[in-house]
Amino acid sequence: MSTFTLKHFTRAALAASLAFGAAAAMAQAPIKIGAFLSVTGPAAFLGDPEQKTLELYVERINAAGGVLGRKLQLVSYDSGGDAEKARTFAKRLIEQDAVDAIVGGSTTGETMAVVPLVEQAGVPFVSLAGAVVIIEPVKKWVFKTPHTDRMACEKIFVDMQARKISKIALISGSGGFDKSMRGQCLKVAPNYKIEVLADETYGGGDTDMTAQLTKIKNTAGVQAVLNAGFGQGPAIVTKNFRQIGLTVPLYQSHGVASKEFIKLAGPAAEGVRLPAAALLVAETLPDADPQKKVVVGYKRAYEERFKQDVSTFGGHAYDGLMLVVEAMKRAGTTDKAKVRDALEGIKGFMGTAGVVNMSPADHMGLDLTAFRMLEVKNGDWALVK
Amino acid sequence: MLARLARARTGGLAALVAVVALLPLALTNNYHYEVAIVVGLNAIVCVGLNLLIGYAGQISLGHAGFYGLGAYGSAILTVRYGWPPAAALVASTAGAAALAYLVGRPILKLRGHYLAMATLGMGIIISIVIATEDRVTGGPDGMAVAPFAVLGFTLAGERVWYWVIGAALALAVWLSLNLIDSPAGRALRALHGSEVAAQVAGVDPARYKVLAFVISAVFAAVAGSLTAYYAGFITPAKASFLHSIELVTMVVLGGLASTFGAVIGAAVLTTLPQVLTLLKDYEMMVFGAVLMLCMIYLPRGLVPTIADALARRRR
Repeated sequence: MSTFTLKHFTRAALAASLAFGAAAAMAQAPIKIGAFLSVTGPAAFLGDPEQKTLELYVERINAAGGVLGRKLQLVSYDSGGDAEKARTFAKRLIEQDAVDAIVGGSTTGETMAVVPLVEQAGVPFVSLAGAVVIIEPVKKWVFKTPHTDRMACEKIFVDMQARKISKIALISGSGGFDKSMRGQCLKVAPNYKIEVLADETYGGGDTDMTAQLTKIKNTAGVQAVLNAGFGQGPAIVTKNFRQIGLTVPLYQSHGVASKEFIKLAGPAAEGVRLPAAALLVAETLPDADPQKKVVVGYKRAYEERFKQDVSTFGGHAYDGLMLVVEAMKRAGTTDKAKVRDALEGIKGFMGTAGVVNMSPADHMGLDLTAFRMLEVKNGDWALVK
Repeated sequence: MLARLARARTGGLAALVAVVALLPLALTNNYHYEVAIVVGLNAIVCVGLNLLIGYAGQISLGHAGFYGLGAYGSAILTVRYGWPPAAALVASTAGAAALAYLVGRPILKLRGHYLAMATLGMGIIISIVIATEDRVTGGPDGMAVAPFAVLGFTLAGERVWYWVIGAALALAVWLSLNLIDSPAGRALRALHGSEVAAQVAGVDPARYKVLAFVISAVFAAVAGSLTAYYAGFITPAKASFLHSIELVTMVVLGGLASTFGAVIGAAVLTTLPQVLTLLKDYEMMVFGAVLMLCMIYLPRGLVPTIADALARRRR
């Protein structure tokens, strides 16, 4: 009897797998969302919240009935920040797991290593990495959710224009983020009639930037200082800035948009301005703000589940997953080409990063309203009106 | 069978060629080919590194640096200067060999693990230069590499590259086996046994150690170049200290002074993480436990220990 059932079962399984292409079988099979993220390794601060966010929201979407009447299934691999591993896992997602769409690529290097594969295989891919090169030039199957450093520069320059500032000094670190942002700021500064009078740099492990700041202080005509930096450096710059008695406005980048910066810089941080995602000030947004519902909802769900502060990186993963789900709903199918077209046509989608308006020429779809200009007041963030 | 695999030179090489030739029967999609190719590339580096660690008795903690030199040398010469890929491969390999000679020559005159320290420093310097000279190397975000084209024929696709890497691995193993059986190889083994005794017998220790070091650097640089052309995109992670450690681990796990051990070590350590992804969060713990158990119960590495056990049973 037992052999009979086993044989029976095998035959049934075989028949089912043969009929896999048939519509009836497809309706039962889950929609596969592939992900490769730097959950461990040097970029774990990006990949960890991204992974948690994807798990949390795939669960929530399934609890609410799934997408197109089918459940979502997350297939996720840890690429450890290594581009070669990312490439291998992307092939696995495409060839072995046959996923319907990919959300992932915590760093620019991992994303760029995978771009040729998804372009060749034709799989919708939403990257979670920052650099402009991912979407410029536009690649048919590649989209991304985070803002770019160029937008941060532009947001700062717009604020400077409003304050009638036209001559500034730039100070930046030597890391990948710092270098990329410095380059972008120098590139777009002329568009805002902003002249960069001084361009100073410091090393990654430096503990004192007084020398560079003194040089800036002695440069005639500097009306504001912009620090393109990530990590500890900007907090030290802020402290030294006050110590040598500089009084012009100081701008920081979105790279230090966390409570950690205010803690490290202490009272010196008062009055510092920086562009940041709305997620950072979710609860203090005015109720009329159309983004408030989304960011507060994500923040509460994440913090309740994982008992740790929400980060903008996890927010990028939320946006990526929701964009793919939205595109599948609009397309009414998981057909890859149709989902891609739907992704490209998404307009007015509200994510944690801002309003997304995709177009064939813009596979990120964010504009400067995605950033909020914040000022440090009484040891906390305050929206600049 | 395994005993013959580890000893008889021709038998082992024939077995390797047979495995490479028959493996595609078990590879059903491009992802499988991808893993096989990465195994092959790592194995080429390990076969070279084994000459240095297993035979010359010197540890290198900077071999990822040579790998990175090969990869970035080829990438920069072809993309930025328009060199033909084959010429770039030869030039960057020659560059890595020259650097290995310059670093190794003065240091290998000393006894002890000075080479380990020098290679550690050298590897870190190479990876820092690659990460910071972003105008040439693309910095931490990496750079794209044009595909390998020779005589108007472009190498593309996993299936083509599988045979290229398979042939390169067979060639690397053949060269390594020949070297070990040559007078230079006997001199190296004598050095590993007792440096004083070897010197009394007329062997110049420094010369043979430098030879092993340069050859291992060449293997690493060639593998690095091939990786760059195959992957089409490289990042500084491959030149990092962590990757150096990974390579040494492969050689030690497979078995010191065993060319096939180096191949097996590379195969195990490359495929194991792919298999262990099924364990999700416990992946790293199980991976570490497997390595520890191997080193506790098979301290001489997989291939030598198993080969000895088989030989003993037959007796």
